[in-house]
Amino acid sequence: MTRKQKRLAIIGGGVTFIVAAVLLVMFAFSQAIAYFYVPGDLAKAHLAPGTRIRLGGLVENGSLKRGDGMTITFSVTDTLDRVPVTYTGILPDLFREGQGVVAEGSFRDGSPVFVADTVLAKHDETYMPKDVADRLKAQGVSLGGKENIQ
Amino acid sequence: MIIELGHYALVLALGVSLLQAVLPIIGALRGDRALMEIGTVAAKATFLLVAISFGVLTYAHVTSDFSVQNVWENSHSQIPLIYKFSGVWGNHEGSMLLWVLILTFFSALVALFGDNLPETLKANVLGVQAWIAAAFSLFILLTSNPFNRLLDAPGEGQDLNPVLQDIGLAIHPPLLYLGYVGFSVCFSFAIAALIEGRLDAAWARWVRPWTLAAWTCLTAGIAMGSYWAYYELGWGGWWFWDPVENASFIPWLAGTALLHSALVMEKREALKIWTVLLAIMTFSMSLLGTFLVRSGVLTSVHAFATDPTRGVFILMILILFIGGALSLFAFRAARLKAGGLFAPISREGALVFNNLILTTAAATVLTGTLYPLALEAVTGSKISVGPPFFNMTFGLLMLPLLLAVPFGPLLAWKRGDLLGVGQRLFAAVAIGLVVGSAVYYAQNGGPIMALFGIALGAYMIAGSLTELYLRSGLGKVTGAVALRRLSGLPRSVFGTALAHIGLGITLIGIVAVTAFETEHIVEMKPGMTTDAGGYTLRFDGLRNGNGPNYSEESGHFTISRAGVAVADVWSSKRFYTARRMPTTEAGIRTFGTSQLYVSLGDGMADGGVVVRIWWKPMILCIWGGALFMMAGGAVSLSDRRLRIGAPARAKKKKPVLEPAE
Repeated sequence: MTRKQKRLAIIGGGVTFIVAAVLLVMFAFSQAIAYFYVPGDLAKAHLAPGTRIRLGGLVENGSLKRGDGMTITFSVTDTLDRVPVTYTGILPDLFREGQGVVAEGSFRDGSPVFVADTVLAKHDETYMPKDVADRLKAQGVSLGGKENIQ
Repeated sequence: MIIELGHYALVLALGVSLLQAVLPIIGALRGDRALMEIGTVAAKATFLLVAISFGVLTYAHVTSDFSVQNVWENSHSQIPLIYKFSGVWGNHEGSMLLWVLILTFFSALVALFGDNLPETLKANVLGVQAWIAAAFSLFILLTSNPFNRLLDAPGEGQDLNPVLQDIGLAIHPPLLYLGYVGFSVCFSFAIAALIEGRLDAAWARWVRPWTLAAWTCLTAGIAMGSYWAYYELGWGGWWFWDPVENASFIPWLAGTALLHSALVMEKREALKIWTVLLAIMTFSMSLLGTFLVRSGVLTSVHAFATDPTRGVFILMILILFIGGALSLFAFRAARLKAGGLFAPISREGALVFNNLILTTAAATVLTGTLYPLALEAVTGSKISVGPPFFNMTFGLLMLPLLLAVPFGPLLAWKRGDLLGVGQRLFAAVAIGLVVGSAVYYAQNGGPIMALFGIALGAYMIAGSLTELYLRSGLGKVTGAVALRRLSGLPRSVFGTALAHIGLGITLIGIVAVTAFETEHIVEMKPGMTTDAGGYTLRFDGLRNGNGPNYSEESGHFTISRAGVAVADVWSSKRFYTARRMPTTEAGIRTFGTSQLYVSLGDGMADGGVVVRIWWKPMILCIWGGALFMMAGGAVSLSDRRLRIGAPARAKKKKPVLEPAE
């Protein structure tokens, strides 16, 4: 191979790989990400059944119920709207009624119940998922003395 | 009074680093030896001052001086001594001080061991290091001062975040910072080379030990953090693709690329400009990581309560250093002579392949980490980019690299013979296939990707050993000769083999755990049993206890195999009284490289308790592989060529009397 051909082979191979990587990333963005909603957004969101989303808000007071075995139901609220959630498994240590929560999962066909496979709770007393805090503020919900939370 | 001394020492450190940031560089420009020498002295002095400052903060934490706001917020008189120590860096202010401490530590190391460097290079390197130190000292003093006092000293502290009260946290941040910040030296070397406009193979040889040291520490830090998350958070996960994990993983990928490209530059004088760019980018990624973690723009476990001024300040530092470095690069890179050419199939070609994939993978992880921020800023919609995205992109991109790993060291420089290497790797491929089929039989099938992954790991391990086998000439010569040849090999050959073997081991661990782990969530009453991973667990009952600053409820489980009790395990839920915060202390039992992981859930009204049990096959391979990689780094670092070989020291000893200009 001449110098020029060597250089072309290396550059060509590199460019091909990078283009493939970019396409892969774009494909993954269309497939493997979850949008974040609070209950008030869902009415106008028109989600197809089975779409993975993150649902954030506060665990409604008095809504936590243990069903048979390990299945737990509770409601996520932005204080205006509420969504019933079921989850099977162990809740995080910091899961409590009246506190911030993010549930990841999807709505099944035609059901208003959100089936979560992952539940994240806030990490300490001054922490609320930033997504939740922002959205709740945007919805005009007062967060009491917790305005400085991140 | 002592507290104020610490504060004062930090202010002084800022002053000294400002001197160090200007004088040696001017000295290098004018060839003024006295000015250049100031850099050496100032670097040691800055380190001493920051160390005093850090020592004072440690003293305040250990003596529980709650008149210091930082201590009051993050400590408690009742916590064990070790957590009083680790509490020093278990918070934003203290961890930034640790950051600067480690930065100045590296500057001092350059000052101490840099005698064999050309004077101007050393002066410029120390100057650039001082710019970074000054910027971050200023950041601490203006926005995150750990020495702020409270007017009325409270009687008791607010306690350290309970999940941070763990031995893992005592070790994880310092190791991580040693890696993260260690890359600053490579960055400074790159900037110094650009300032001087001179770059040769010797430069690569001087940078390599620093890269190796930083890379080894970063590997240790990431592995430690992963293991800590695994056993402390109680979720059984070992990697979450959390933005903060990514923030440390991106510099690791870039640093790994740098390690390999510096090799090409050292041996073949090629890839010069690229290596300089990589050195800049690696530390830039560390800075970006610091920004992401410390500014609180990302939601994460690691985002301590933050305020926007800090974010803006770090963003300014980020723009100043990354923007400045890249502009300098743009102006000066053309002046650096490009290196020689090589055939695409050659050792150089393989290392370019490595760099291409590692940097693309790093860019992918970076994109996934920043995309939610960008999208929110542009369209306002909030998304989460989680494990599915990273597994799909990162996993696929890395695959060709993993296949190529054993090829690299076997290819010749300049012009390699792919077919010949393929033939020599025949045994390794066969071993991979045998291991893959063995797993197929042991598991009665199993996902094809998992079998392939494990076979790939085995092939990488065998392929790395192939190089040692071939170089020793075993089979062609007698055992004694082979052994002598082996011991005569440069240490870096063993380092390479160890690190590549480690990568294979980690891969096997990741694949095995992902594909074959089992999870059981059961409600158990005392006396009930459940099966997991071929073992039977019997729940014996709950017991209440008290620790120094928490109360706990522990469940006792007896583990038996084929009816014979083989082990037992305690799994607890703790309640930390000061912060009124519960944590899960998982019960973990190790069998070979596999583990049983038992996590307690909520108690039921009827006296039962929800228990989550995982069988984690070969999970210890994940971190065991990291140990091999670290060993590889350490062995390479001890290679003689890195310690001597640089320009002779004798030159420096001659008294040179030159009139200062």
